[in-house]
Amino acid sequence: MKPTAPQPPERRVEAVVLGASAGGIEALFTLLNGLPPSWSLPVVIVLHVPENHESHLPQIFADRLHLPVHEAADKMPLAAGHVYFAPPGYHLSIERDRRFSLSCEPPVHFSRPSIDVLMSSAADAYGPALAGMLLTGANEDGAEGLQRIQQAGGITAVQDPNEAQISIMPQAAIALHSPDHVLPLRELRALLLQLESAHAH
Amino acid sequence: MSNTEIELRLLMEAIYLKYSYDFRNYTVASQKRRVLHALAQLGLPSISALQEKVLRDPALFGRLLQYLTIPVSEMFRDPAYFLALRQHVVPILHTYPSVKVWVAGCSTGEEVFSLAILLREEGLLSRTQIYATDINPASLEKARQGIFPIEAVRGYTANYQRAGGRSSFSDYYTAAYEAARFDPSLCADVIFADHSLATDSVFAETQLVSCRNVLIYFNRELQDRALGLFHESLCHRGFLGLGAKESIDFSSYSQRFDAHSQPERIYRKAT
Ligand SMILES: C[S@@+](CC[C@H](N)C(=O)[O-])C[C@H]1O[C@@H](n2cnc3c(N)ncnc32)[C@H](O)[C@@H]1O
Repeated sequence: MKPTAPQPPERRVEAVVLGASAGGIEALFTLLNGLPPSWSLPVVIVLHVPENHESHLPQIFADRLHLPVHEAADKMPLAAGHVYFAPPGYHLSIERDRRFSLSCEPPVHFSRPSIDVLMSSAADAYGPALAGMLLTGANEDGAEGLQRIQQAGGITAVQDPNEAQISIMPQAAIALHSPDHVLPLRELRALLLQLESAHAH
Repeated sequence: MSNTEIELRLLMEAIYLKYSYDFRNYTVASQKRRVLHALAQLGLPSISALQEKVLRDPALFGRLLQYLTIPVSEMFRDPAYFLALRQHVVPILHTYPSVKVWVAGCSTGEEVFSLAILLREEGLLSRTQIYATDINPASLEKARQGIFPIEAVRGYTANYQRAGGRSSFSDYYTAAYEAARFDPSLCADVIFADHSLATDSVFAETQLVSCRNVLIYFNRELQDRALGLFHESLCHRGFLGLGAKESIDFSSYSQRFDAHSQPERIYRKAT
């Protein structure tokens, strides 16, 4: 096969990655609650939680959202319309074949799972077909990962620091690069819906 | 494919051709992170520059190996796993006149010492042969010595208790300065050996294989190879223990093992 000419940047998003830390559960509820049952994008979430504890996040969110919610497992393929949480104590990556992989490398920004790790690997796997959103939190994890998404041509959005319960995380991202969007949660949610309808049609 | 990925593949090919270490079927995301981290630590500008040096300098390859393998471990890591072994596997191991256990990817030995302590408390150690294997010679050497930082060992005490420990953890080591030296008799019947799940074959029939937090670094093809080795090594109805977040669900061996203790990831060879 002959190499083909580079394609123009693809704006159709095929997956969404989300990062949140302190205050993140509530923020995620506001962002995701009531997504339509026809929702078609995979959503992958790193929420900082203590290591060595079983995470109840998948169950808690499964009860609230009307979407299939899982703890991401090693080599599990990402499925359309499903929501995934990183397991506690492991880094979560997305591979080129659009399956998850786990690893127990040392924590990044004191966090395992780390948002940077997920976002950077997702940027490699999806290139421009990825959207990343960073919400409330009290450390700097995620800033670099979000920048990598932007460098790969994807869409980046940050929760408005004025609205965030803890503004350090969104602020760190804004200090590092210019996200495509800085918005309060309700508008981030509108953006999500818009990205999805562009994907579905 | 990005330039970084091309360089990464070429590096792994070079390492394979030169040193016979086969990292070609490892998951790319974490391999890339580790190589970029090594570049920063070694002060090299690019993966190609690293490749050039690695080919000519075995000592540098030895250093790179410390980054490529992830020598992270803990004693009684995930205590529920060890508790499940104690409660649900040991009673069946007792029915064999002698027992062989394979700890694959044993790293610096924490898992081996944990198992040895458990087997001694359950009255099995004296008739058990443990094979502890890894590809990292520096880690194997540490494992042989059985000396761990005292700070870490203090933390392991809680793990040990949650794993159903029957004694006082401090009975098993002597503390000196910053280190804890574990009772060498625990490892009298342990064979530490270099063995790669990517290139080597089966060497013994075993009743239990414990391979924790190793398969996650492999792609599906290599996971299948490793699981094939375990399947071949295990006796009829033998046990396989994986890491807390590992499963065989996405491998072609999913039907060839039965779940034994599900949340603790202990499987049993299917008939
Ligand atoms: C994260 S450590 C796991 C240590 C221990 N099993 C535990 O769970 O605490 C992973 C180990 O796998 C080893 N490893 C990597 N590739 C391997 C291979 N092809 N064959 C055998 N061991 C390998 C590494 O050297 C490293 O010591």
